[in-house]
Formats: sequence, C-alpha cells, structure tokens
Amino acid sequence: MEIKDLIFNYSLRLGDSSLVIGHRLSEWCGHGPILEEDIAMTNLALDLVGQARTILTYAGEVEENDRTEDSLAYYRDERGYRNLLLVEQPNGDFAMTMIRQFLFSSYQLLLYEKLQYSKDKTIAAFAEKSMKEVIYHVRHSSKWILRLGDGTAESHERAQNVLNQLWRFTDDLFDGDEVDAELTKLGIATDLSLLKPVWFEIVKKTFDEATLIIPQGEWMIRGSRKGIHTEHLGFMLAEMQSLPRAYPDAKW
Amino acid sequence: MISETNIKNKILEFLREVPDPEIPVLNIVDLGIIRDIREHNNFVEVDITPTYSGCPAMKVIEDDIAAKLREKGINNFRIKNIISPAWTTDWISAEGRNKLREYGIAPPEEKSGDKNFLLGKTKNITCPHCKSINTILISQFGSTPCKALYKCKDCTEPFDYFKCH
Repeated sequence: MEIKDLIFNYSLRLGDSSLVIGHRLSEWCGHGPILEEDIAMTNLALDLVGQARTILTYAGEVEENDRTEDSLAYYRDERGYRNLLLVEQPNGDFAMTMIRQFLFSSYQLLLYEKLQYSKDKTIAAFAEKSMKEVIYHVRHSSKWILRLGDGTAESHERAQNVLNQLWRFTDDLFDGDEVDAELTKLGIATDLSLLKPVWFEIVKKTFDEATLIIPQGEWMIRGSRKGIHTEHLGFMLAEMQSLPRAYPDAKW
Repeated sequence: MISETNIKNKILEFLREVPDPEIPVLNIVDLGIIRDIREHNNFVEVDITPTYSGCPAMKVIEDDIAAKLREKGINNFRIKNIISPAWTTDWISAEGRNKLREYGIAPPEEKSGDKNFLLGKTKNITCPHCKSINTILISQFGSTPCKALYKCKDCTEPFDYFKCH
C-alpha cells in the first residue's frame, strides 16, 4: 500500500469508530433515564460526531477522489466501514451504553495520548483536540460504572451481564494489522499491542472498585479492520443513511 | 499609509462586536477563538478555532464574522478553521471571565491539562450569584458542550459552570 492509502485507511478507522458510537449515543436523545443524562449522552455524541467530521474530511482529502465527510459517512455500506465492533453494539439498557462507552473512551484516550505526537500533522492536531473531550467521556462513564456496579442488587446484576456480553469485543480494539504496523514504523500511528496492558490495568481498576468481574476465557470476536462487522451495523447505517440516499440532492 | 499591525488591531476591534451565538454576553475575541489575523495586499485572513470538535455554533460564527467584515467594508477575506493548538479555557480573557460571572455563569477555575479531572478531583466552584463555595455538581454536561450544571447549597440557585478545558 502507498502511504496515502495507509493514511486514508487509518483515518477511516478513527473517524468511523467516533461516528458510529456518536450515532448510537444520539439514539438516546429524548429517551434518557433522566434529563441530565439525556443531555450528557447527546453532548458526548456531539463531541464524537464532531471528531468524526474532522478526520473523515481529512480521509477524503488524502484519498484525492472527491469524497467529503458526508459522502464517506452516507454512501459507504457496512463492509466499507472500519469502525471497531464494540462501538456498533446496540445501546441496550443504560448500563450497556455506559460500559460500552467506558471501554471505548478509555481506549480512545490512550490512543490519542500517543497520536498527539504523530508525525502526520493533521492526525496529531485531531488527537490533541479530541483528547481533551475524551477525558470528560472517561470521567463521566467511569463514575456510572461505579454507581451501577456497586449500587443496588439489580443494577449490579445488569452491569455484570453487560460486561459479560461486551468483553468479547475488546481484543478487536488492539488488533493491529499491516496498516498500523507500517504507519507505526513511520511514526504516524502507534503500536496497539503496547496499549493493551495499560488499558487493561485502567479498566480493571474501575471494575474492581465497582465490584464487577471481568469475564475470562470468552471467545473473542474480531474483524473490524477488514470491514467484517456484527449484524447490528447494517441496521444502524440503514437508518443513519436513509435521508441522503432517498434525497441525494438534499442540502444541510 | 496604515501599517499591517494597525489593520489587524482594527479588525480585532470589529470582531469584538461579534457575540458568541450561544453565550452572547461574550464576544468571540473574549472567548479566545480568534487565533490570528493576517493582511496582505488588501486580502484579510482570519484564523478561528472551535471550542469543542462538535461545536454547532462554528458555522454561525463564520457567517457572523463574514457579515461583520462586509459591514465594515472588507470584502476580500478568507476565514480559516484551524484545530491546532487546541482551544483551551485558559484563552478566555480576564474581561471575558468577569462578563461570564456577571451573567450568572461561573468562569473556569482550574488550569487546563490538569490530570485531576480524570479522577474527578475538582475544586469547589464559586456560586456566581451569592459567592458561596458550598456548591455541588449536578451534571458534567449542561446546555452547551462547554458548560456543566451546578447547584448552590446556600442560595439554592442552580447555575452553569464554564468547565475547564
């Protein structure tokens, strides 16, 4: 792969994960358990969709094929999407949304801490900017993990069930391929295998405190970097893309 | 002949007339989102930066700047959106902080980049109404991305806190 293909691919991965989880969070709009949480989740969504706009715009520029943030978001099918499997999982109950967020935001924060020093100036600027927002996401979701895990018997049980369901998607976060390897050599990306133990320590500390147990021996599901997804992404995209596909001339 | 610095200062003064669309008590210069102004051969370039990546006000701000420049007879310009260095609340001017307080929004009290955020160790925020520090966080996220919601336990009023970023 040429360097521009590598950067295009890498930017899609960053942007798609933010876009998909941002869209998932926006599905809560008007449905939050309390007003403050409705506002909090849509604020998170706003940050994440905003981040996606920046990096998908860059992907389009790098690709030099006249694709914009909008054409990349609305006119790719699920196999063209490069988001992590974790972020496309449905919202489920509030515990599911918060645990998904905590697992992802802790990962994103570690990743962006490294990428802010990327030799690609746009990726570095994107990471530096996004990191400041993600700090709040980690803080918000981790506090909910504590309340839910160490709350009532029901909240604990539901949080534990969710953690059991989502854990199988966590190896996928660190499943680097040749794109990561090549770009890491060039000082543009970072070695994901080095982030994994750090991430594990961070999430384990919070789960321990929340009296939640990380499942062991789960069958780990992977494939996001090749565009192989769980069944949920297609349905989400069908809804998210319906308007521009039905009315391709629609303008903002 | 007017020097470039003079023109830049003049434009900066014009931009002080542009209010932030979401917190109109502040102008966009107070808020620290004007990053640079360049003038060359009667062509003006204004660099702006978003407060938050998803700030929905950016398009409105760009349009407002364009309208203001045209109103002042400047028709040859370009507004450029830059994201590095990342916007920080440290850039809100002292005057901006006073305006926020008077408006009923508590200005940021900490320095950005403080890792204590992650641990949730924040200072007690001063109530902009009664100046008490006996306040409590209701939600980290408020009516705009840049604000958190607090409540004062002394005067019992809720208030917005412009969170440190």
